[in-house]
This record gives sequence, structure tokens and C-alpha cells, in this order.
Amino acid sequence: MRKHADAIFEFVSLGALLVALAALAALVFDIVSDGAGRFSVQFLTNIASRNAEQAGVYHALMGSIWVIALTGALALPIGVAAAIYLEEYGSRSRTARFIELNISNLAAVPSIIYGLLGLGLFVRLMGMGQSVMAGAATLALLALPVVIMSTREALRTVPSSIREGSYALGATKWQTIWNQVLPMALPGVLTGLILALSRAIGETAPLITIGALTYIPFAPDGVWSKFTVLPIQVFNWVSRPQPEFKANAAAGILVLMVLLLSMNAIAIVVRDRQQGRGRI
Amino acid sequence: MTTRTLEWIIERVLFLCAALSVLTTTGIIAVLAFETYEFLREVPVLDFLTGTEWTPLFSNQKFGVLPLVVGTMLVSSIAMVVALPMGLLSAIYLSEYSPSGFRRIVKPVLEILAGVPTVVYGYFALTFVTPLLQAVFPTLSGFNALSPGLVMGLMILPLVSSLSEDAMRAVPQGLREGSYALGATRMQTALKVVVPAAFSGITAAFILAVSRAIGETMIVAIAAGQQPRLTGNPFVPIETMTAYIVQVSLGDTPQGTIEYRTIFAVGMLLFVMTFSLNLISTWLRERFREEYA
Repeated sequence: MRKHADAIFEFVSLGALLVALAALAALVFDIVSDGAGRFSVQFLTNIASRNAEQAGVYHALMGSIWVIALTGALALPIGVAAAIYLEEYGSRSRTARFIELNISNLAAVPSIIYGLLGLGLFVRLMGMGQSVMAGAATLALLALPVVIMSTREALRTVPSSIREGSYALGATKWQTIWNQVLPMALPGVLTGLILALSRAIGETAPLITIGALTYIPFAPDGVWSKFTVLPIQVFNWVSRPQPEFKANAAAGILVLMVLLLSMNAIAIVVRDRQQGRGRI
Repeated sequence: MTTRTLEWIIERVLFLCAALSVLTTTGIIAVLAFETYEFLREVPVLDFLTGTEWTPLFSNQKFGVLPLVVGTMLVSSIAMVVALPMGLLSAIYLSEYSPSGFRRIVKPVLEILAGVPTVVYGYFALTFVTPLLQAVFPTLSGFNALSPGLVMGLMILPLVSSLSEDAMRAVPQGLREGSYALGATRMQTALKVVVPAAFSGITAAFILAVSRAIGETMIVAIAAGQQPRLTGNPFVPIETMTAYIVQVSLGDTPQGTIEYRTIFAVGMLLFVMTFSLNLISTWLRERFREEYA
């Protein structure tokens, strides 16, 4: 009897897991079967159009690349600097504890709230308008907690003997960090950054909130240009009643997922390289 | 410049970068509080919090936020009915039963599930799950709370599963061995020893999941509709707090108008709700860490 109950429970638990995996399979199947027919070279090189057959994602793809590149450029130095402070300098102080608590709370703030912050602060108060810069600044704030947490983890994997060896040779604290600790932690830092950016590239709500346009027929030509991004273009197509636009949305999702999976693949390659390098 | 001054400057700069996170929180609160204050000068706070009609975009403006709050609760509850039991069971399987090879394959797949952009889940809810449900419930409207709720549960499941599993794996092996030595089966050990021992960690995961559901935006913006109504019926179109913010942001609402300020007032409410849940969750996790430190 007890044995039976145990076997049934194992089966039910496994079932819960398999249902989740089956749903993922259904999702992938749904999108591929809806979107594969619309996926073509023209779809990548054409811009938005009122005619579903001729519409493409070029402008949105370029918008996403602009925004994500700039987000990375903003989030990397600030995130790494913050992580170095928390891990190497202030780890025991009360201020550092407070900052840590604050970061872990920020990581769970809904992304749409960051959109409202971006709207009030970057778009209005700082007068950036609905530009690539305002979008990237908003997403950088959103990505920072993740970059900081993963960088700290990477810094923690550097053995303390490396630091002690450097100090013993007369290096200062910063020389030790810059010349020894950071280079060793770099692959881990980059992996964390790419994962944070791959999350940011799928973000829709904060960019809609700051006013990134849903219909914009050109690619950005600079950081002050107006823009749209892939997920917003997808959202725009999903919201239209005509079935042709639904197919466009599915094809747009395919482009987004390919972009996401390649970013994840790069992250995995970087991580494996790190593990391949000699441990001390 | 001496080395010592340079080192001092560098440390200050690093500190400022770390402090930026505190500034972000302050910035969020400041922006939300300023516009909410302006909003509340025109709408009494009691009318806002207890009113049952939300029609800021109609000519007859009513600013009772309850329909949006109830819509949010409805979708989130449906999501929790899916995510909490299934997430916990998956975690129990992965932590207590699964062979390590199976675990190594499944965990990355669950991570993919967690990394899918929410707009994709929205598309899935609208074009796949809703038609499927309509085949079972013919009265189900094209926009409803049920379908986005179920899909949101699916989206949150990996979060619940992964955090609960971490909590269970942190339970010392000795507790399990003690239980087995007394003749308990794996199910008895899992449910009566491991889960209670990991209770605060699992609760922290559950609370974080609720917070995530309340703040989730794109799934509901796509599949739940834009009709704020005070109902517990999951078959009809509703609107959540987050979907309302998206709806207004898509239009051309000029800055400084009361319609513009409503999104900050709703955002403030959303922020207060999620932030308090997050604080409770963090506190529980800290406590849990101390228990087995």
C-alpha cells in the first residue's frame, strides 16, 4: 500500500513536469506552424507596411539591435563597477548590505514600472524624447540587477590566492582587481551580461510605456532617433484582427527567438571556454 | 596624483555605481509619487481605492480602481492555481526522485521556458489556448481571464520549480537519511520531512511568483481584453492594472492631463503591492538561509 502510494506520487510529480514540457512543445509547434510560411529573406529586409504580405521586420530588427547594443554599453561598466564595490570593497559594511537588499528587490520590480520611471525621468524630465537612448537607459536600469548579481558570482570564483599573490608583489588593491581579478572573471561577467541582454531584448512593456512607437517605417539612424523593436512590432501585429497579420506576428516571433537562442548559445560557448581554462 | 589618492577616487566611483541602484528605487518612488500626488488632488483617495467603476478614457470619467485590481487578482489566481502545485511537484520530482541525467536535460529546458519573451506567451494564449478552450467552453469570449491566466501559470512555473528545488536541495541529507532509517517511503520523506524543512524557502518562491503574476503585462494586454469590469467570471473580457497602463501608453495621451496621471497612480498601486511581496519574500529567504547555515 505504502509502496503504491509512493509510486503514484512519483508518477504525479513527473506528470506535472511533463505537462510543462509538453506545453513548451505546443508553444514552439504553434509558432513554427503559423509563422514558417511567412518567414523569408524579404520578411527580414522589408519594413512595416499596411499590406501584410509585403510587411517585414527590418526596421524593428535594427531597432532591437540598436537598443540592445546601447543597453549593454550602459549596463556593463556600471554593473561591473557596482559588483566590484560590493564584492571587493564594501562586503561587510551596513551600507553594502542595504544596497544588496535593494538590488535583490529591484530585480523583482515589474518591468512596466521601469517603463513609468523611464517615461517620467528620461523621456520627460531629461528631455530625451522617445529615442533609442531613452529606451536603452530604461532597459539598462532593468538589466543592472542581473548584471550585478552575475558579476559578483564571477568575482567570487576567483581564488583568494590570486589576490594575495598580487598583494605580495606590492600591487595596490585596484591594480590587483584590474590586472588579476577582472581578467579571470571576464568570461563569467560576459555570460551574465549576455543573459541579461537576452532577457532585455524580449522586453515589450517598458518600451511601450516610454512611448516607443508601434508603427514606424524606418530603422533608427542614431541614438536620438525614434524607434520600434521586434517585440513591439509583434504585439502590433497580434493586436490586429486580420489572420494575415497573425502569421506576420508568428514570423516576427521566430526572428526574435532565433536572435535570443543565438545570444544564449554565445553565452554557453563563453561559459564553456571559462570552464576549459586551467583551474588553480 | 599619488597612488593613494587614485585608489581613493576609484573606490568612490565604484561606490557611486553601486549606489545607483538605490537611486533607481528612489527615482521610481519619486516619479510615481509626484504624478500620483497630482492625480489625488483631483480624485479623492477613497474614491480611487474603493470606487467600482473605471472609465478615465470615457467622457463620463470614473476613477474607481477596483475593477482593475479585481481583474489583476482574477488572472493571477488562475495563474497560481497552475504554477504553485505544478511547480512544487516538479521541484519535488527533480530534487527527490529524478535520476541526475534526466535532471541535467530538464533544467536547461525549464530555463528556456522561463526565458521566452512574454509577448510570445501572449500570442500563444490568444491564438492557441483560447481557441482550444473555446472548443470545450463554447461560451468563452475571445478575450477572457482564463486563457491568459493558464498561460501565465505556465510562464511562472519554472520560477516556482527552480526556487523551490534550490530550497529543497539545501535541506541537509541527514534529515532524509533519518527519515528513511525510520522506514519512511520517498513520498513520506518528501512531503513530511523535506517540504516542511524547506518551508520558508518554498513560501518565498510562492510569494515571488504572486508578485511576478501581478506585474505581468504582455500576456494580459494581448489576451485578456481592455474592459475593466468588476467580476469573478473568468470567461468574459476584463482588464488588469498592467494592461491599462499599456492601453493608455499606446494612445496619444498628452502629458499633464488626468488620463496621463492615471497610469502613474495605477503604477504606484502596482509598485506598492509587488514591492511589499518582494520584501516578504526576501525576508523569508534570508531566514531560511540562517536555518541551515
